[in-house]
Amino acid sequence: MKRILLILSLLCLPFLAGGCGSDDRAQLTVYNWGDYMDPEVIAQFEDEYNCRVNYETYTSNEDMYVKVKNSSDTYDVLVPSDYMIERLISEAMLRPITKDNIPNLSNIDAAAQNLAFDPGNQYSVPYFYGVLGIVYNTAQVTEPVDSWNLLWNDKYASKILMYDSIRDSMGVSLKRLGFSMNETNETNINAARDALISQKPLVMAYVTDNVKSLMASGDAAMAVVYSGDAAIIMSETDHLGFAVPKEGSNAYYDNFVIPKNAQNPELAEQFINFMLTPEIAAQNIQYVGYSSPNTPALALLDSSWADNAGFNISSEDLAHSEIFKDLPSDVMEIYNRAWTEINVSK
Amino acid sequence: MKSFKEYIAYPYGLWMLIFIAVPLLVVIWFSFLSNPDFKAGIYTFTLNNYQEFIDPVYLELLYRSFLYAVIATLICFFIAYPLGNLIVSLPAHRQNLMIVLMIIPMWVNFLLRTYAWMVLLSGSGLIAQFLGLLGFRDVSLLYTQSAVILGMVYNFFPYMLLPIYTSLKKIDPDLLRAATDLGANHFQMFVKIKLPLSLPGIVSGSMMVFMPAVSTFVISNLLGGGKYMLIGNLIEQQFLTLNNWNFGSALSMVLMTIIFLVLGLARLITGKELDTGGQIL
Repeated sequence: MKRILLILSLLCLPFLAGGCGSDDRAQLTVYNWGDYMDPEVIAQFEDEYNCRVNYETYTSNEDMYVKVKNSSDTYDVLVPSDYMIERLISEAMLRPITKDNIPNLSNIDAAAQNLAFDPGNQYSVPYFYGVLGIVYNTAQVTEPVDSWNLLWNDKYASKILMYDSIRDSMGVSLKRLGFSMNETNETNINAARDALISQKPLVMAYVTDNVKSLMASGDAAMAVVYSGDAAIIMSETDHLGFAVPKEGSNAYYDNFVIPKNAQNPELAEQFINFMLTPEIAAQNIQYVGYSSPNTPALALLDSSWADNAGFNISSEDLAHSEIFKDLPSDVMEIYNRAWTEINVSK
Repeated sequence: MKSFKEYIAYPYGLWMLIFIAVPLLVVIWFSFLSNPDFKAGIYTFTLNNYQEFIDPVYLELLYRSFLYAVIATLICFFIAYPLGNLIVSLPAHRQNLMIVLMIIPMWVNFLLRTYAWMVLLSGSGLIAQFLGLLGFRDVSLLYTQSAVILGMVYNFFPYMLLPIYTSLKKIDPDLLRAATDLGANHFQMFVKIKLPLSLPGIVSGSMMVFMPAVSTFVISNLLGGGKYMLIGNLIEQQFLTLNNWNFGSALSMVLMTIIFLVLGLARLITGKELDTGGQIL
């Protein structure tokens, strides 16, 4: 009896471990932001290259990092942002890109290449980019939207949405006070913290994905968002505008990278190259709505895209924006601590 | 040879071991490490994670979590106790119907129900529109303290009602009749007979509401808009965004210890095992 039960429980183990391997096509595991790639495009790649794409999503760079670092799962393609790419490179977690395998790299605007987080694009291939700004309801906000100070204006009490992320919210506060988005001085970081604590009574909520419905319904008058999200919200709702404050902002670049332990790096490079094909990139842009550095793909889009302030970012706005740096862990501890204090404050 | 009944518990024991005991030990182990590097095999033992918690910022957070959970538990109790009495006084088939009606909403996913509250409470939602008709304009209900507590009360209410109902139902009506016969008025009968006899249900129900309420992070996130952080959010943040699993583990251990203490206190009040008289269903 005992033995039978032992055998039965052993038989159960494979189910616990999971996994089914009936598909003998090559497999590519892509780990990307949620809603950041047209599923149609992925299906086309599967057909053309006779492979299977396992597609998983995350909601923040930090989530992705924790998972990639600690999990035993391996991924073939990731799409981290600038500062996270810098960290992955410094921790030797990435595999250099073989540029010969990605001829479509020539479609990418030079302005999006060779940036400080990955000089010479040894490890990363540009996917989408954008800049942090304010999306606002033109019926409710009467003054010009040109400064982060607007988010501290008590005229809009309980109508202001902040972005629920340490670096972004702290960055806004730092820039407003004239500091860098990558500030490392503790006094300045704490000044930015105090400003956010004093702003908290005016804030409706700290959100990430709920911005869309709150802006569409008019419940919120303004929100700190990434230009790509603004572009999507504005294409669906009237009376909205997007502006990048004059104090400067954060510019972000989300690039493809291949982890060092990728199971199928050749297929990963084919996938990246496929995503940079003008027709595919154009189709993907229309699904995602973020600004793309793929010049021939932009030419394939209809003119309404060029009129969207969240999609067509001016080069001046981009020029006086900073890219996040991967801050040393002792500095990040000051940020984390400040963020907890902001969260706990009333 | 042992009886079949004893063997049939083996898979359950295995289950408990793999999914409860081992993870718990891992959490305890993690809470005493500082920045372990598993690949390099470096583990440094430390008490810092616990020391770090003794800080006004975190203690305030703990206080707030307890305050919200206690308020939610009290509100649940004051609604559930009269309701339980009412249901017990109904004929048997009606009682079952009422209980089923209480349980049916629980078949809908918890997150979905909380999202539904976000829609109801939002500035353009039904409740605000109704209040608008009555002349109250621009009331903001969503992303407030009250919304967080409302979410707790709504989601955990059945866990209070069911044990109270069960313990009230178990009271022999003859005892109440005897009390009246012997000259007790309504108030005396309630204080001396009904309340003590239903105490196990009250304590069990309070625990069932208090425990998930004190550790929730979803409700405070969705209905509080990230403005009312609770200890559950802090733990979630340590694991998911700050990548400080050791401090997160220490926080979990602190919270768990306090919950155990509260459970022990509850056991002192009822004087026996919690699950007597107050099982749900």
